[in-house]
Amino acid sequence: MAGTVLKTEAVPVRSDADVVMVRQRVRAWVNEMQFSLVDQTKIVTAASELARNTLEHGKGGKLDISMLQNGYRKGIQLVFSDDGPGIPDVRLALTDGYTTGSGMGLGLSGSKRLMNEFYIQTEVNRGTTVSCIRWK
Amino acid sequence: MSQLLEAIRSNRDAVLNEWLKNMREGISRRDLIDDAEVSEQATRMLDAIIAVTDESRIANLAGSEWQPIKEMLADLSVSRAVQGFTPSETALFVLSLKPVLFQLIRERWGNKAGELFAEITIADNFIDRLALHTTDSYIAGRDQVIGRQQEEMLELSTPVVTLWDGIVALPLIGTLDSARTQVVMESLLQAIVRTNSRFAIIDITGVPTVDTLVAQHLLKTITAAKLMGAECILSGIRPQIAQTIVHLGINLEEVVTKAKLADAFRLALERSNRRVTRTNSATPAAAPAQER
Ligand SMILES: Nc1ncnc2c1ncn2[C@@H]1O[C@H](COP(=O)(O)OP(=O)(O)OP(=O)(O)O)[C@@H](O)[C@H]1O
Ligand SMILES: [Mg+2]
Repeated sequence: MAGTVLKTEAVPVRSDADVVMVRQRVRAWVNEMQFSLVDQTKIVTAASELARNTLEHGKGGKLDISMLQNGYRKGIQLVFSDDGPGIPDVRLALTDGYTTGSGMGLGLSGSKRLMNEFYIQTEVNRGTTVSCIRWK
Repeated sequence: MSQLLEAIRSNRDAVLNEWLKNMREGISRRDLIDDAEVSEQATRMLDAIIAVTDESRIANLAGSEWQPIKEMLADLSVSRAVQGFTPSETALFVLSLKPVLFQLIRERWGNKAGELFAEITIADNFIDRLALHTTDSYIAGRDQVIGRQQEEMLELSTPVVTLWDGIVALPLIGTLDSARTQVVMESLLQAIVRTNSRFAIIDITGVPTVDTLVAQHLLKTITAAKLMGAECILSGIRPQIAQTIVHLGINLEEVVTKAKLADAFRLALERSNRRVTRTNSATPAAAPAQER
């Protein structure tokens, strides 16, 4: 996770309304950073998925948005953290179609494909932190 | 042991008059509520307070004997919220009783420092807690108002339009959170039944984000429509949404999709054995759709 942090913002993820707010804040950031329209849509969609996971599976948490600078490149970093039940088997959770709820089981694997870098830190009964970056 | 309730009881009329006087001075929003209503509320409130005979209960607002008073205050706060009072104006109702009680206590126990201090503390706590309760109820009242407005908006923002005999369209606009998507999709299914439609066009041009939740709702609706004998056509998938859907891994291959609502409409017309043509005569065409 290379790069200097230029700017950060924290957004709570505790309710459905917060998920809407996450999308709006991330959209404002990527718009300001002048990502292409396709990239903006990808990043906002990934944020929406991960925020919903934080809320539904992680029982609520927060998002930290940062703007990174790595040499000539700028990037946006999204860090979702919760202190929920954790993910017992990360490989399984990242399998397309795997869900412990009633979703499509595509949120986690899909958002990994939508971003450039993707890391999951998790411990059962402790919580989960998903951090991801998209470079411009 | 406090004697405050007894003191209020034996000075009921004086306390009430002073309280009303204080309130009149404090409340600037005479336009929102009339004097008679305020004085009626204050009278009921005070009588409810002095109806509590066990002096020891004044220290504990959680007790069941305070329930009627708390309910009365809650009703009052909710109605003030609806009437457009601010939270502080609403809390003033209870708070303006405080100086009256202080005065009463001073008159009664002015020469006994111990009792004076004890009774003042009790009165202070009592009124503060009633005021906090008022504010909590006020916020709950506001939330109710907001909730109702949101529901009204949910209904407003789900127009199902009949494009042609047997063809309905649902133009979706804005953020699709779970609650709204549910309502929207149900109203589409109902419209299909009501209008006996064979074709339903769902247009997502105005939807900024299609994630797995939205996609799942769309797919469920399309399946349900199919079961009711209607075919769904999904239109308005913008290029950036299409790319994102592919990366997410959502499979829309089973779904009939068109880039534009007009294309979807044309397809629905064709499938129901109708065709739009341009006429050469000067009279306006009968069909609403335009030729290619
Ligand atoms: N923050 C989290 N805390 C605990 N478990 C999680 C968390 N995020 C994901 N998971 C687990 O990983 C599984 C897969 O997540 P994924 O987002 O791919 O699917 P989903 O949320 O079940 O459905 P959807 O396709 O609607 O997102 C989840 O069902 C859940 O068991
Ligand atoms: Mg998910």
